Amino acid sequence: MSTSQKDLKLKKRSFSAFLGNMVRQQLFIPVAALLILVLFNLIMDPSFFKIELGHNSAGDPVLSGYLITIIDYASELAILAIGMTLVTSASGGQDISVGAAMAIAGSVVLRVLCGNNPRPEHMQTSIIVAFLIAVLVSMCFGAFNGMLVAFFKIQPMVATLILYTAGRSIAAWINKNKLPVISDPSFGYFGNSIPGIPLPTPIFIAVICMIIIAVVLKFTNLRLYSQSVGINSSSSRLNGINPQMVKFLTFVILGVCVAVAGFIKVSRLSTINYSVIAKDIEMDAILAVALGGNSLGGGKFNMKASIIGAYVIQFLTTTLTKFKVNSTAIPAYKAVVVIILVVLSAPIVREKMGTLRKKLARSKGNVGKEVA
Amino acid sequence: METGAVLEMRGICKYFPGVRALEQVDFTLREGEIHALMGENGAGKSTLIKVLTGVYPKDGGEIRLKGSDKPVHIRSPQEAQNMGISTVYQEITLCPNLTVAENMYIGRTKGPLTNWRKINNDAGKLLDSLGIPALPAQQLGSCSIAVQQMVAIARAVDMECKVLILDEPTSSLDEQEVEKLFKLMRDLKEKGVGIIFVTHFLEQVYEVCDRITVLRDGTLVGEYVIEDLPRVQLVSKMLGKDFDDMADIKSESDTDKIDYNSTPVYEAKKLAGTTGIKPFDFSIHKGEVNGFTGLLGSGRSECVRAIFGADKVSGGTVMMNGKKVKINKPLDAMKNGISYLPEDRKRDGIVGDLSVRDNIILALQVMKGFFRPFSRAQAEAFADEYIKLLSIKTASSETPIKSLSGGNQQKVILARWLLANPVYLILDEPTRGIDIGTKVEIQKLVLKLAAEGKSVTFISSEIDEMIRTCSRLVVMRDGKVVGELSGNDLNQNKIMATIAGGESK
Amino acid sequence: MSSNTNAAANIKAEKNLRKRAGLTDTNLLLIITIAVFVAMYALAVFLLGGGFTKPQTFFNILNENASLIVLSCGMSLVMITGGIDISVGQVTALVCMACAVYLDRDVLHPEEYAGNPGNVVTALLIALGIGLAFGLVQGFIVAYLNIQPFIVTLAGLFFAKGMTTIINATQFNVANEQFLKLKEKRITVPGMGANNKLGVYVPAYVEIGVIVAVAIVIILFILLRWTKLGRNFYAVGGNNQSANMLGINVRRTKFMAHLLCGLLAGIGGFVYFMHAGSGSPSHAGGAEMNAIASSIIGGTMLTGGVGNIAGTFFGVLSLSTIKNIVASLGLDEAWWTNITVALMLCIFLLLQSVILSRKHKAKK
Repeated sequence: MSTSQKDLKLKKRSFSAFLGNMVRQQLFIPVAALLILVLFNLIMDPSFFKIELGHNSAGDPVLSGYLITIIDYASELAILAIGMTLVTSASGGQDISVGAAMAIAGSVVLRVLCGNNPRPEHMQTSIIVAFLIAVLVSMCFGAFNGMLVAFFKIQPMVATLILYTAGRSIAAWINKNKLPVISDPSFGYFGNSIPGIPLPTPIFIAVICMIIIAVVLKFTNLRLYSQSVGINSSSSRLNGINPQMVKFLTFVILGVCVAVAGFIKVSRLSTINYSVIAKDIEMDAILAVALGGNSLGGGKFNMKASIIGAYVIQFLTTTLTKFKVNSTAIPAYKAVVVIILVVLSAPIVREKMGTLRKKLARSKGNVGKEVA
Repeated sequence: METGAVLEMRGICKYFPGVRALEQVDFTLREGEIHALMGENGAGKSTLIKVLTGVYPKDGGEIRLKGSDKPVHIRSPQEAQNMGISTVYQEITLCPNLTVAENMYIGRTKGPLTNWRKINNDAGKLLDSLGIPALPAQQLGSCSIAVQQMVAIARAVDMECKVLILDEPTSSLDEQEVEKLFKLMRDLKEKGVGIIFVTHFLEQVYEVCDRITVLRDGTLVGEYVIEDLPRVQLVSKMLGKDFDDMADIKSESDTDKIDYNSTPVYEAKKLAGTTGIKPFDFSIHKGEVNGFTGLLGSGRSECVRAIFGADKVSGGTVMMNGKKVKINKPLDAMKNGISYLPEDRKRDGIVGDLSVRDNIILALQVMKGFFRPFSRAQAEAFADEYIKLLSIKTASSETPIKSLSGGNQQKVILARWLLANPVYLILDEPTRGIDIGTKVEIQKLVLKLAAEGKSVTFISSEIDEMIRTCSRLVVMRDGKVVGELSGNDLNQNKIMATIAGGESK
Repeated sequence: MSSNTNAAANIKAEKNLRKRAGLTDTNLLLIITIAVFVAMYALAVFLLGGGFTKPQTFFNILNENASLIVLSCGMSLVMITGGIDISVGQVTALVCMACAVYLDRDVLHPEEYAGNPGNVVTALLIALGIGLAFGLVQGFIVAYLNIQPFIVTLAGLFFAKGMTTIINATQFNVANEQFLKLKEKRITVPGMGANNKLGVYVPAYVEIGVIVAVAIVIILFILLRWTKLGRNFYAVGGNNQSANMLGINVRRTKFMAHLLCGLLAGIGGFVYFMHAGSGSPSHAGGAEMNAIASSIIGGTMLTGGVGNIAGTFFGVLSLSTIKNIVASLGLDEAWWTNITVALMLCIFLLLQSVILSRKHKAKK
């Protein structure tokens, strides 16, 4: 065998080792899913990736294209995924009330801005005040969920079922079941785009949230604490951690995420529809966490993977819409994709496939020898 | 098959990713014998038993049972049960939400229906005959751990088995219960049942066993008749080295240096807990090693938990170095320089999925504060230092702690608390369920720490371990402190007498 | 110690033991549930009188909630094994739509099936088939591939939701005569009834769905109490590793729970269909959450191992009674119902949590 051949073989081996290593990485699943979606679109219709600079009705420059849509629409989901990941890690359960809580947050924003008149000519207070009040209210609801989970030891899914049931009704009650509309265009900046900036604002808000959580994870022990509590709360307690406070805290953080996402959602429309706004988004947020390869049973988590998971879900939704799938039928396709992904990432299936691959490799090797 | 054998395992192999758990192990169990399976932690005892009971599939070798010509394949615990192999595991493997009777009969009754009256009657009779204080219709979760373990044994005994496996069943039983169990084992032996007995207690082996098989590092060391193998030799076979480490220990300790007139490092007056212990006084001086002793359930663990603030404290005063302090939760204790290694390593000690590194820095990190995380490099340095210092066997500091052996897990927990640099260290059963080698290391470490001026409270259910390490013993009975022993009183007889109380004098 | 005092001590210990043995968690929660339902209904009769004193009001609660009872029973089974199935509501919608489209095929596709409407027996088989298929696939993935049930059944929910609209995107009422006969069938309850405004005695009635639901409650009660499979559900939910060591086939048990839950979703779907008489993508919206809520109010714990079908039955009744009370208080806006249901769920959860934690504290 010549040296070059040897080199090649060596390279091949290290490459396969590299591949094997990658497959075992947690980021592999969401990234691979993303790549498959990208490839699929490339083959089916490369124009999917075209981004054009155009002008909107007001004459301001805006970038448009499916990619922009995906990144734009995934913003709320990505923000929710951040909080959901933390809650999942610390409490070993999921918050299914985020959609309803977003309706509440949105309703609060509108109520504060509109006052008692559902169609005001001018906003009653500045947007930032309305936003902050919504954050506060959301944190309170997060705290309520957190209290049930942390102090009364109720399973998260069940505890948040309460707010899930009542949330949209509370949202309607806040505005006395009226549908306020805000005509001031500056309110729409946060959900659409600011004149002069060609990218939709939600993208920037999502990025800001990611930077904040990255900083928080870097400069606090949130990761260590929530992972420890999620894995073994009894031993965390004996190491001086207060598991109840940690769980409580993650729900409050999720509350903040919910407020931000709810704010974007109402800003997109400048109004609210209580029974439809952010419907089923809790399912997507939980999916994002699971797609990221995080155990829904709590413990270790990978924030990047969750966030990528959120974008994968939106990518899928947008792809389906593009291929003229009826919007009400999208869930069926989503379900199939989710099941395939989850089954492929199941440890049992991976193990089986691993042994199968080895067997195949061996039989190939044998064939090669015989030929030689 | 050898005549008289009920079970023969030949050339058993079992591999886990990167680990050779069993390599060509042979094991023979004869009719009517009690056969001890001995070895350090990680020697492969548990793996061998799990292969035999179908929990793990074997990677090589064959298993033969009496009454079948061909080797058998055991694919699940249920199949093992059907073949007449019943098992009692170290951890309780019953369902706490079911009744006692149901736990005894579930998974092995015939027919699709449950006959409640029959199983309650049968269970009642069996519980009575074994003297187990439980009612058939009682929910298992409402029994004490020891009773639950006895129920597991009752279940196994009732199964008309040919082979009975007892995997460290005695670790949660007190002396009387152990006696009951031994009587039961001898009765079964008379009936021709072969019993495999796994335990860490040497005394128990010599009390009931006929034969010993020793494993080390997943390989077979040998099979011996009990009379041919004195204790010292058994230990040296298990360790694979000569047995003189044990003897060294006491000579290292130097109790004269302790100044009992100085202000105690820790002093509690009328400390009362909510877990059924009576208010107690307790103090410890610089460089002192003392201990709590008493039967299981006497309140010795509850006392140290109260000291650490692990359970709610309901009264009393605590002074540290003469200053009054308040300890209501673990963090208070940690900030005052107290460390506590809990009794139940799996439940209260390790954080399973986290890396060895995170497990080591955990306590110190918590003390440093939520907003001041260690840098990666700093954490790495701490971890490496202690992995080296305590010679923890791990692939790297990144390895999840749950994949380490019991002894090494315990060392990681010790490392965690040593890193926290306490003035007063509480070790509750640090040597339980770990191999003899590590046991000796830990005892030596305790004495070394004391020599460095730290105070240590040491609890162990093995009295000779306590005698070797402690200079003062607080004796507990029924949640009450019933005596304090030191100096010449520190001997087995005196301790036993104090534990037993007035009547046995 | 003399033998005399020893014996006395033994007797004392025995007495303590009997006192301590007490109730199992399952029975304790069941008693609370029934007591709460009775108290609530009595309160309604006492405070509101009127409608609540008529037997028909009670039977109407049953008529309206027959399908929820069936769905909740399935949910309880899965929850007892420590799992969850959130697909049941959408499976119900899918079943309704599939049956509706099949029964009215002569109207929808006159060119092919003119004068040849579907028959009810086949429709029932379609319903059962859909339910079984969901149970089978979800059960297999959860039990044998060991994937979290929440995620798997979430996908099931999405799938059913999508499929419903793929079959037919809008609501329509079934005109099939054979089916309408079945739907209109009333079974009078002997000895029950009341005089209406005109003073004419009207006997109380229930729909067929109620008979089905009650039969299922009885069958499942027997299944859980006396059969091996039923007891295995509890064992697996209590601690699945232990259950495995006790010689129970944990995977098969989990699979069976999901399979049964799927089948019951199919039956529940058909019962719903018989009551509603139409197919719609918005049918049974949120039924999974109502089913979970009913199970919890009925004393089933999501952690598994504790629960009772009788409790679930009363759980559904409690839930609907409170809805009726709210409605008759004149607070008929939809949001009040939701808020009260949520409030009730909250109270029950807190109650469970407090009682169990006290009980466990007392044990120590």
